[in-house]
Amino acid sequence: MSDAVIKCESVYKIFGENAKKMLQEANGNVDAKTFQENGCIVGVNNASFEVAKGEMLVVMGLSGSGKSTLLRCISRLTEATGGKIFIEGQDLLQLNDKELIDLRRNKMGMVFQSFALLPHKTVIENIAFPLQIKGIKTEDSISKALEMVKLVGLDGRENYFPRELSGGQQQRVGIARSLAVEPDIWFLDEPFSALDPLIRKEMQDEFLRLQEQLKKTIMFITHDFDEALKLADRIAIMKDGLIEQLDTPAKIVLNPATEYVRKFTEEVPREKVLLIEDVMDKSTDGIGHLMVSKNEVIENVAEKILTQKKTVGVVDNKNNLIGSINPSKIINTVFGGRTDGN
Amino acid sequence: MEILKKYPKFFQWLFLLLVFFGLCFAIDVPETYKFIRGQAEFVKDPNQSTYVFLGKEVRYYAFDVFWRLPPLLGWLPIWINDSLFFLMNEWMPLEFWNEDTQEFKTRPLLLEVSRKLTFFMTFLIELIREILIGGINTIVTFTGWDWISDNPWAELPGMPWTIVTAGAVLLSYHLSGRGLALFAGLTMVYISIFGQWKPSMQTLSFILVAAPLSFIFGLGLGIAAFKNKRFEKALYPILLVMQTMPQYAVLVPAMVLFGVGDHAAVIITMIVAIPPMILLTILGLRAVPPEVIEAGKMSGCNNWQLMFKVLIPTARRDILIGVNQVIMVCFSMAVISAFIAAKGLGYNLLLALNRLDIGLALEAGLCISLIAILLDKMSLAWANKQEDYFGNLTFVQRNKNILFFVGTVVVGIILAYLGTYFFKGTHNYLFEVPHNKGISTADFWNRGVDWIFDTFFVYIKAFNTWLIQDVLQPMRALYLRMPAVATIVLVVGAGYLIGGIRSALIVCGLTLFIALSPWWDRALVTTYMATFGVIVSCTIGFIVGTLSFQNKHTASFMLGVCDIFQTFPSFVYLIPVMMLFGITDTSVLIAVIVYATIPATRYTIEGLRSVPAGLHDAATMSGVNKFQRLTKIEFPLAFPHMMLGINQTIVFALFMVIIGAFIGTEDLGQYILKALSDKNGAGIGLTLGVCVAFIALIFDNLIRSWVEKRKKHLGIA
Repeated sequence: MSDAVIKCESVYKIFGENAKKMLQEANGNVDAKTFQENGCIVGVNNASFEVAKGEMLVVMGLSGSGKSTLLRCISRLTEATGGKIFIEGQDLLQLNDKELIDLRRNKMGMVFQSFALLPHKTVIENIAFPLQIKGIKTEDSISKALEMVKLVGLDGRENYFPRELSGGQQQRVGIARSLAVEPDIWFLDEPFSALDPLIRKEMQDEFLRLQEQLKKTIMFITHDFDEALKLADRIAIMKDGLIEQLDTPAKIVLNPATEYVRKFTEEVPREKVLLIEDVMDKSTDGIGHLMVSKNEVIENVAEKILTQKKTVGVVDNKNNLIGSINPSKIINTVFGGRTDGN
Repeated sequence: MEILKKYPKFFQWLFLLLVFFGLCFAIDVPETYKFIRGQAEFVKDPNQSTYVFLGKEVRYYAFDVFWRLPPLLGWLPIWINDSLFFLMNEWMPLEFWNEDTQEFKTRPLLLEVSRKLTFFMTFLIELIREILIGGINTIVTFTGWDWISDNPWAELPGMPWTIVTAGAVLLSYHLSGRGLALFAGLTMVYISIFGQWKPSMQTLSFILVAAPLSFIFGLGLGIAAFKNKRFEKALYPILLVMQTMPQYAVLVPAMVLFGVGDHAAVIITMIVAIPPMILLTILGLRAVPPEVIEAGKMSGCNNWQLMFKVLIPTARRDILIGVNQVIMVCFSMAVISAFIAAKGLGYNLLLALNRLDIGLALEAGLCISLIAILLDKMSLAWANKQEDYFGNLTFVQRNKNILFFVGTVVVGIILAYLGTYFFKGTHNYLFEVPHNKGISTADFWNRGVDWIFDTFFVYIKAFNTWLIQDVLQPMRALYLRMPAVATIVLVVGAGYLIGGIRSALIVCGLTLFIALSPWWDRALVTTYMATFGVIVSCTIGFIVGTLSFQNKHTASFMLGVCDIFQTFPSFVYLIPVMMLFGITDTSVLIAVIVYATIPATRYTIEGLRSVPAGLHDAATMSGVNKFQRLTKIEFPLAFPHMMLGINQTIVFALFMVIIGAFIGTEDLGQYILKALSDKNGAGIGLTLGVCVAFIALIFDNLIRSWVEKRKKHLGIA
């Protein structure tokens, strides 16, 4: 068994009356168009992937691409039509109601785009809600919820109702609620999409800080490619239910698998995404005396490298020389490929 | 032709109206036709035609079928009666164990069920009643009359009014704060010193059984309908009819099933109060955002927790409106069920009205209304109550209200005990102010009424005569003059033009039912009174609503006023109009107008409020003045919502018209009232009720179809 926390094997979700039957007849060859003609809509088409412990997988796609449906299959808010999903080796689709509820109470947390707070409960009650559902005593659940309030920086607003909070604050409550039971797996469904750009950036930074601290296994849904690049360990790009490409941000930017993916990568400021490691050469011939770390983002060292005449050496964390990078390579990476159309 | 193509709708309507009036003029009133009484069912007359349906002979005066359809549904009331009789007395006889005689006894199932239900309800009511005002029936239930005669001390003592008052004040304070506590205190003291304590507590005990039971059943059925589509589909038409059926009409069949008395009243109240509760529960649950449900599931809720901790609290707003409706219906029924011998304020009110003692009626009516408002506000506050987790409270602080109440109980008992010495020989006023021994302002009011009559008699009479002779009589004659076929063509045509073939078929079915019943003329009279009321109410409501909308504060104030007026039991509205106009059709119509103006005003304000603020600003920036903004932007957009208000106005008006039968009108209501004292009245009462419901549903269907279309057109569906 691998150490994958979430593992999907050819997961399908097809909406419609005789979806199951049609899926069987299609025999693994699902074509969205033929299904649509028969009154079925393909939500997720043959999704297979793994998410390792502590990894953050960002699923990116435009609206209607099936990303939220995929997430709901994995949290079993909707039943997948076909395929297998394993959560820590347990076959999710075989769980009975009680086991599923147990799993959700202890292992899973989820954050929603529209916050989905309970309007009749205060901040503290909302956060304590999953704990109280579990049957934890009121005092204990409240004190745990207070910790969460501190964690997301909402101190002093414990007794506010959701309607009295701003969007960003409401989502903090949503985040705190999803973390209250200390889940191992954290689902986030476009958590920052409904927020203003400035607040969104603030929340993203906050989110990264939290993840640094908590090291959860995360599936994060977004329609914002920049957000995906900023947060992800790996990105899955979806279109019409299919995963077009699943890879690290750098590899997606450097080698877009399909035309669709390439369109997203075009506008991306590569110097902000790519690391030295992603663009270096393996050979170490003719390097000068300047060394840069392989983990640096290009943007941060570009000036240093570009003012050199010689090739620059690249070192790993232990200061061993592992490769080199030529200033011209930097120029190529940053400006190359942008002039394609002209 | 150009014009015809440009305004197709206009010409369709014109054509319909032409056909309608053509039919009206083409078909003459048959010479022998006697309006209203033309179809008397009880007189044998050789001129009558007869037909036999399933062994039931129906006699009627036959007229040209274009003028009046034959009462082919005349057998329905008889058939309903027979079925009820069969169900109660013959259907499924089973052996039941009889506790008293210690042997098995054969009884029809339904009768046994009805008896058991009766027993249970009576017990609940008596229990609460005797906790409040004392009595022995509860103890008798557990022991027996023999035991009571052996132990004459065994009796629930009842609570001194001081304790009940203190309890109400403390509870209000606990739930909401000072304002409500003050209101509760004033209400209770008023009830007590005006000598209405006993009937008020009787009414209260009735409400405290009926309201919670209606709430629970309504919520339960609403949840069931929410979970099960098929159940909802089956339930929906029944709910629609129940909601538009006048409360009077339900009394009669229920009387057959459950007899008369408080228990029957509770059951009828539940029948009437549950449908709106169900509808609002479904509405509320439907409106819960799917993400909130998912959040609940992801928090690990099981089905039960999801329903009661997530769905219902989130749908609280609509469910609370349901609770408000339940309370409203309960108090309304508390009065009406006095017709079937329910005790309490309603009985006093009815008695006073019967004796034309307006002053007493006013006091009793005020009592009912005050209690209604109090309970309504308390239930609202209870639902909004918030828990405090952070205050580090001591036991005393945490339970101060309970401790305080225990204290007042002790003080109240001591006071009542002291009272026995203080008021030796007379009534113990510290225990209870007996009926008719309190302060009464009845004389004042009665004298006031007399004074009004003496002073303004000429004017009132003149107004009365003018209204009846120049407005009402002609209008009534016009309605009655419509040939049945013309009416049906008009209604069905309207249905087709507004809602298409489906709507036309539904409306046609509803109209045919009324036309084929023996009461078409009466239905026309009911409709004429309702239409008159609705037209005036809508005009007033529309103007008042629009005017008060001009200012935020007046709008909120007006909505508050509507809230309070809506809580008044419908019967109460008859008091002031009888004060002014005596026993005439004018009184009924004015009561109808006052009562029906409430929803008209409310929906006007709400409709205007629902116009998006963005549009408001856009209009202002285009340089419109206030009047233009109102006519060009706000009215067109608010109109669909306002039409729903007209819908409500019609239902309210119909209810009031039927209740107006108490004053004396010649419409369906009169027969419903008659059916109450008829031992075979169940069938007639029910059929009449259905007729009234169908009148409302015809309008309902037309208006709703129009609103939906209009909303789609405006893109605000």
